[in-house]
Amino acid sequence: MENNNKVTLKINGIQVTVPAGSTILEAAKIAGINIPTLCHHPDLETSGVCRVCVVEVNKGRPLQAACVYKVAEDMEVETATPVVREARRLNLELILSRHPQDCLSCVRNQKCELQDLAESFHIEEISFPIKGKAYEKDDSNPSVVRDQEKCILCRRCIEACIQLQGVEALGVANRGADSTVGPFFNKPLQDVVCTFCGQCIHACPVGAIYEKDDTARFWEAVAAPNKHVVVQTAPAIRVGLAEEMGMGVGSLATGKMVTALRRLGVDRVFDTDFTADLTIIEEGSELVERVTGGGTLPMITSCSPGWIKFCEHYYPDLLDHLSTCKSPQQMFGALAKTYYAEKSGINPKDIFVVSIMPCTAKKFEATRPEMHDSGHQDVDVVLTTRELGRMLREVGVQFAELPEEEFDKPLGISTGAGAIFGATGGVMEAALRTAYVLVTGQELEEINLYDCRGLTGVKEAVVPVGDLEVKIAIAHGLANARKLMDMVRKGEADYHFIEIMACPGGCIGGGGQPVPTTMASRDKRIAAIYREDERMVLRKSHENEAVKALYDEFLGKPLGEKSHHLLHTKYIPREL
Amino acid sequence: MEFYRNHILVCTGEPCVLKGALEVESILLTELQKQGLENEIRVIRTGCLGPCNVAPVLVVYPEGIYYSGVKPGDVQEIVAEHLVKGRPVTRLVGTDVEKRVDVVYQVPQILTGQERVVLRNCGIINPDEIVEYIGRGGYEALGKALIHLKPEEVIEEVKSSGLRGRGGAAFPTGLKWSFTASGEEKYLICNADEGEPGTFKDRLILEGDPHAVLEGMAIAGYAVGAEHGFIYIRGEYTLSIERVQRAIDQARKLGLLGKNIFDSGFSFDVEIRVGAGAYICGEELALIESIEGKRGEPRYKPPYPGQTGLWGKPTVVNNVETLANVPHIIEQGAEWYKSIGTPGSPGTKVFTLTGNIKNEGLIEVPMGITLREIIYQLGGGIPDGHSFKMAQTGGTAGGCLPPEMLDVPMDYDELAKVGSALGSGALLIMDDRHCIVDLLKCFMRFFNHESCGKCTPCREGTPRLLELIEKIMDGTAVKADLDLMAKLAENMEISSLCGLGQSSPKPVLTLLEYYQHEFLAHIEDKKCPAGVCKKLQVKGVV
Amino acid sequence: MVTKVVEKFRTMKTPLLSILKELQKDQGYLTEEVLKEVAKELGLSPARVYGVATFYSLFSVTPKGKYIIRVCESAPCYINGTMNILEMLQDELKVDVGETTLDGLFTLELTSCLGVCGVAPAIMVNEEVYGNLDREKLSHLLSRCRGM
Repeated sequence: MENNNKVTLKINGIQVTVPAGSTILEAAKIAGINIPTLCHHPDLETSGVCRVCVVEVNKGRPLQAACVYKVAEDMEVETATPVVREARRLNLELILSRHPQDCLSCVRNQKCELQDLAESFHIEEISFPIKGKAYEKDDSNPSVVRDQEKCILCRRCIEACIQLQGVEALGVANRGADSTVGPFFNKPLQDVVCTFCGQCIHACPVGAIYEKDDTARFWEAVAAPNKHVVVQTAPAIRVGLAEEMGMGVGSLATGKMVTALRRLGVDRVFDTDFTADLTIIEEGSELVERVTGGGTLPMITSCSPGWIKFCEHYYPDLLDHLSTCKSPQQMFGALAKTYYAEKSGINPKDIFVVSIMPCTAKKFEATRPEMHDSGHQDVDVVLTTRELGRMLREVGVQFAELPEEEFDKPLGISTGAGAIFGATGGVMEAALRTAYVLVTGQELEEINLYDCRGLTGVKEAVVPVGDLEVKIAIAHGLANARKLMDMVRKGEADYHFIEIMACPGGCIGGGGQPVPTTMASRDKRIAAIYREDERMVLRKSHENEAVKALYDEFLGKPLGEKSHHLLHTKYIPREL
Repeated sequence: MEFYRNHILVCTGEPCVLKGALEVESILLTELQKQGLENEIRVIRTGCLGPCNVAPVLVVYPEGIYYSGVKPGDVQEIVAEHLVKGRPVTRLVGTDVEKRVDVVYQVPQILTGQERVVLRNCGIINPDEIVEYIGRGGYEALGKALIHLKPEEVIEEVKSSGLRGRGGAAFPTGLKWSFTASGEEKYLICNADEGEPGTFKDRLILEGDPHAVLEGMAIAGYAVGAEHGFIYIRGEYTLSIERVQRAIDQARKLGLLGKNIFDSGFSFDVEIRVGAGAYICGEELALIESIEGKRGEPRYKPPYPGQTGLWGKPTVVNNVETLANVPHIIEQGAEWYKSIGTPGSPGTKVFTLTGNIKNEGLIEVPMGITLREIIYQLGGGIPDGHSFKMAQTGGTAGGCLPPEMLDVPMDYDELAKVGSALGSGALLIMDDRHCIVDLLKCFMRFFNHESCGKCTPCREGTPRLLELIEKIMDGTAVKADLDLMAKLAENMEISSLCGLGQSSPKPVLTLLEYYQHEFLAHIEDKKCPAGVCKKLQVKGVV
Repeated sequence: MVTKVVEKFRTMKTPLLSILKELQKDQGYLTEEVLKEVAKELGLSPARVYGVATFYSLFSVTPKGKYIIRVCESAPCYINGTMNILEMLQDELKVDVGETTLDGLFTLELTSCLGVCGVAPAIMVNEEVYGNLDREKLSHLLSRCRGM
């Protein structure tokens, strides 16, 4: 019976009632049956191309793809008949026969959906000769490597690039067996509109797209006797690393992370949260200055390098709206080789700055020519959560068993406001906590600004700050950013301040985070970030004593001359 | 209309033009002028008349005399003897041609009323003159529909006529129309992306009688409530594109397309969209993607185009031949239509005969005629004393039938029973000089080129089939490879995303079934019985 | 150039195919610059425009010879001797299918059915179709293209 928009059907003889509009795949899950998939991704609209999830509907032919076929009242679905199993197996074999068989040396070994399927289908022999195509690898950019040879043409990366990021740097080219997935004219990603956000990595079921591995440079620096290796850890690492080390999605492990890094032999473990607090002071001051001095509004955050590159490509006319503040990573690098060098008496050329980031675009950001304000490349190497995980596993660090240690001072001191930079809306919330004081001279009573939080694509709010009604907007995922930016371009966005993060969910969902990253795991990681915030004694950036000391001892004042030199930057229009 | 004593039709179908029809035409005009006949006798270019094997062809009306294989040097004689003195030049009226005339225009069942349904005007009228179409009752059906019938009644008439889609899928047309979802904006698309190898019926209809298609479109548009029609024509069909555009312009001028047709309040206009070389765009959802300016990859269905089609709106997609049937059904009624053909497959079907057959070309016959009748009576049999070996029905994605099946009736259901299909009406005849495996390679190479690459079974399965076929031809295959071929083909049939991948294995499966011995001869005896596969021995030669 | 062509199809909805077809006439193929500009004009991603240009066999993104010879490889022509025609052309032009002669005059390609099965085997040279071919007719045709 169909009622309340429910549909009742039978799957393998099991009666199940599911919401109307469900796919067979979703309905089967409710019936306790997992149908194998490959081109399907829970966060993306995909089109049923791999034919690994085929099922029999009402005993009919042809078989239907469970991931896209919608349920209907009284439908009878069979998911494991001999015909179904044979078809799936053959389709899987066809895919495997065009895929390199070098799992042992693949970055996705044991984290590969194709490998998992081969195991669960018990593929002992492939009926066809293995045939490669000898595509060249694209490792021309600092962030992302594309190994087309491994591509199984599931198109998930394209859909992620379109649906989540609104970029479409990748597309299908050619036809039939010659089909390829790649950029315009199959050029290197370096030469097209790619933002290096790495969301395609999370979409890829195999090892066809992955982060550029820079661990060798880390080991080299640690081993070099004259190098003073300082590490900064981004806010999102404390919720990503534990997951990467097998502790479950949404585990928070700040202290263990610090210990683990020390065990790798670094000299100082500092925290990007420190420069996140600093960013709030600089950016908050900039906002106040723009609002009171008639500057370009809305002002838009500039922490996310994927977002910055996106803006440079698509909205070069609106670069004035970007805050001139560098990202916390780059502020850290610039200060490590000036302020910290001075304070510790170490020659800046001997300081090796390592960033642990949830982000592939940060690798690109560190290499931007503007990022040399200390007189050296401010950040020497950027490693993602996954790369750090690999290093820890290599040297046998038993992460879950580690004791918890504290960050080094002074660049390891931070507040909860710095921590929430890792989640969408976090920069906005942190900024408002401080802006309120800057404008009114009084502290906010309720510092949990729930309007800023959550996975809604575009969030808007009006926040009373003294006499001013501050209008804000937050977008995460570049497809959502596009919506806001089109409004800005048309002059329809009367906001004061906009926060944009390139990745869905913010940095906790970055392209360098553990595989798999889905909306469900982003949600859990966000919850962990706010737990970290609540755990902190201090939760407002302007209360950070180390930041105050930095101004007193070195910078002078927010937006001062030294700040301008070290902490602010400019942007470059790029072509499409 | 001015009065002319004679009309001479010059076939300007592609084969005739290739064989010098235009030169013949220009000499004809000069000769007529010389004789002062230019105001008495009118020369008209027509679309293909059908008998391409004896091109170029002229027809002189009202006598209805066909001249075949006309050379420039013959023209003077025709003018002097036939047109001046009234004595047809018998030496040029070949027996072949007479038979061809029968084939195309005097199919027994519809002989008396001269009701040559779809091809009734082809070769009779000048396709570039709308008045000639109107002169033969054209656009009357549209008038009847708009003025006397409600849209539901039009759908009902087509439904009860039993007309089924002539593009290959054979879906009942009236039913398709009735499934079209309601909505303010709807579209009607005429699928003229005729890419099926060995098929050129749609091209000939478009070139010979474009208004029949436009009229069918307008009626269909009225029935389903669409005001915008598109005709998607294959990019290779340059002449069709020109002719149809001219026809659209003329129909607009007379108010037969455009706003408020026949003062009925119904508006309908047609826009041409041109393909760019992709067989898959014959698939309705791939075609829609192509009009939307995308790669012509089929979409997953459901939803069907009737719900979500072009630009997300309800859309009906019908084949050229299907639409060309519609005016006749409206004019003469479902009962009349059902009296032709078989109960399950009413009406006529246009077939294109190609391969090793005497009379290559176009025929329109009632559904249900047997393969034997087509080949030996209408087609004139196998030439050069060879014997029949195989017939492929429905195009390259059709089944291949052996001599034992010559008596199978040509209709949708009977052909499905033997693993084949009527498809687009292509009929490829092959004689005993050819090798089955070699031919299969030709088929699979085609699909390998035309698979869109979207889904696994078709993209990866087709090249694997091709590999296996090459192995057989090289003499390196083993018997188990035949099982693997069958497995692959069956898998494509049941698990591919669209109609292409689901039907392209048909020749593989039927050939494996009906010609197993020939495959085995290649594999076990390392011999090619037809002596075609160069790496193998010819049977009997040691 | 691109702007002009795009303007011509301004009233057409989703005109990408028509635009590419028109633009290809200029140089015989679609260049990177042209496709990029089309993408910009239509507000599409370059990757998507490239995907369309490489999907359809009548479009090309690489330079082609002055004469594109397309040999029909469909079954009706095949049965009537396509392979002989193809071999003759390969011999004569010294290129394989998909290649262009060194002098830039000819590109040899295969095509599916041209719908002129009555005069099989058939080939298409640019927009023109030729049928009932044999060695003599073929070399005559080639010399005509060569301007001899």
